[in-house]
Amino acid sequence: MLTAQKQDYALTQELAAKIDLVLASHDYDQTQIVGVLLDVQGLIEQHYIPETIAYYVAEKLDVKISNIYDCITFYSSLSESPRAKYPIQICNSIVCQVNDNQSIFSTFKELLGIDIDEVTYDGRFTLESVPCFGACDQAPAVRINGNVYGHLDSHEKIEELLNKLL
Amino acid sequence: MSKPIHFITKNFDKYDVSSIGSYMNIGGFEALKKAVTMDGEDIAATIAEAKVKGRGGAAYDMGRKWSQARAVIGEKKVVICNADEGEPCTFKDRELITKDPFNLIESMIIAGYTVKAQDGYIYMREEYSHLRPLLLNAIRQAKSYGFLGTNILGKGFDFNIHLYSGAGAYVCGEGTALIRSIEGKAGRPRMKPPFMKQSGLFALPTCVNNVESLSIVPHLLLDDKKEYQNYGSGESIGTKLISVGGNVNTPGVFEIPFGTTVREIIYNYAGGIKEDRAIRLIQFGGASGKVANADLLDIPYTYDDLQKAGVIVGSGAILVIDERTSVIDFLRATQAFFSHESCGQCVPCREGNRHIKLFLEKLAAGTATQDDINAMKKIAKIMAMSSLCGLGETAQNALVSAMKVFPESFAIGGAK
Repeated sequence: MLTAQKQDYALTQELAAKIDLVLASHDYDQTQIVGVLLDVQGLIEQHYIPETIAYYVAEKLDVKISNIYDCITFYSSLSESPRAKYPIQICNSIVCQVNDNQSIFSTFKELLGIDIDEVTYDGRFTLESVPCFGACDQAPAVRINGNVYGHLDSHEKIEELLNKLL
Repeated sequence: MSKPIHFITKNFDKYDVSSIGSYMNIGGFEALKKAVTMDGEDIAATIAEAKVKGRGGAAYDMGRKWSQARAVIGEKKVVICNADEGEPCTFKDRELITKDPFNLIESMIIAGYTVKAQDGYIYMREEYSHLRPLLLNAIRQAKSYGFLGTNILGKGFDFNIHLYSGAGAYVCGEGTALIRSIEGKAGRPRMKPPFMKQSGLFALPTCVNNVESLSIVPHLLLDDKKEYQNYGSGESIGTKLISVGGNVNTPGVFEIPFGTTVREIIYNYAGGIKEDRAIRLIQFGGASGKVANADLLDIPYTYDDLQKAGVIVGSGAILVIDERTSVIDFLRATQAFFSHESCGQCVPCREGNRHIKLFLEKLAAGTATQDDINAMKKIAKIMAMSSLCGLGETAQNALVSAMKVFPESFAIGGAK
């Protein structure tokens, strides 16, 4: 699996300024750690929270770093390791399973040449198997950066979706 | 199918969900205006009269809940809207937020007025993050129109609403986990007591309600002709939102009057089974709900009738699975969900889920022994009795009910 450098993620001035905006939008409220971390994760191209950033947020919010990591490691929408520009979350709930989500898994694996939790060489895609995200009326479905793509019941539809992202 | 009913869903597609003016044009905030002229106790009584039960799954008497929350003494109190709808096959709250966000805001203000709270929190699952802008906009507009903030409608009543996001943890739908998440911590449930109504969010008296439960309130307050009570009977009065999914032709959210038969729900509302296949099983109430076979098709959908038939209303989900999927494969998928979502804090839930998963794998592989089956039953019972929170208590509902309904699937050397 290709993994980016975790420790050396650069906290540029530009990124710091963006994180400050996120913090301000949450009123620097310590109770809003989860919301802050979700927003910050959205700022990082590979959709995770690098260590340097976690420490920066802890300092700015004046909370212990252990509190930040307690949240990052507890909540499955937060990640401490690099994901991808487009994490493809394939619903693996029973509802999607009985609507042949296996074809989605196999088609994406085949088209991208990666397995679940692996990242493509260019860091653009990763495949994740996730529990129900409430799109059962569009099963089988995937979710990519907050957008739901449903009724993916053919090879063509999946290929079309990938091409749209490229 | 009888004429579609729109009571809870009466505002759907009737107004521009991004505009408070549009909402007010169809009678928006009239219920709040009426509510602030009423005594809170009377509002709770109106809800109690309609016998509304909590619609997140626990089915607690809502009028009673509000009345109790109102009676708790506290300088500050909070109300919470639980929009962490995480039971697989449940998506009715998503529809309510998408198509009627202002009604939810209005009902939260009414809840605040009734129980004398100053702050309201909406805790919405991360998976619905695309609905955040809609709710934030509704909150902002309500504030600028004076329906939120200080001295609301000149009644000296102050109330604000805050929107918090979950982050992919099913367990946060459990009340004590939910409040920890809003407090900025990992959402691990805690022991009760203290109960939420006395010491919940920030140790304040807290009243938690599901999206659908709240959404009914404004409509009930304006229901002078008691139209709502024309539907259903006995303990199940009115209408209910259900979400039907699985192998049906037209999965979706439907508002049904209580008393509609399961057959009508599946074959009329949800368009029947794809390619007219036979039904293997139906699960009611989400992953933590119970299962039945097609024998129950003619049962009316009410709290009492479903209970008598061995299932529950729960989250309002109805998952229909056709003959191609085996009972054991269904259970394995459900088990995988709970093994993933157990917070790992208490032993019965963490270890119980883990071991039942292993037993189910053996069953699927045909290597399970009668001792395994007995052990599985025992573990399921221990989990229900001794888990810390509702997740562990209900995780084996599907398994235990399936063992009763489909004994042949658990016969050693028998069919899978």
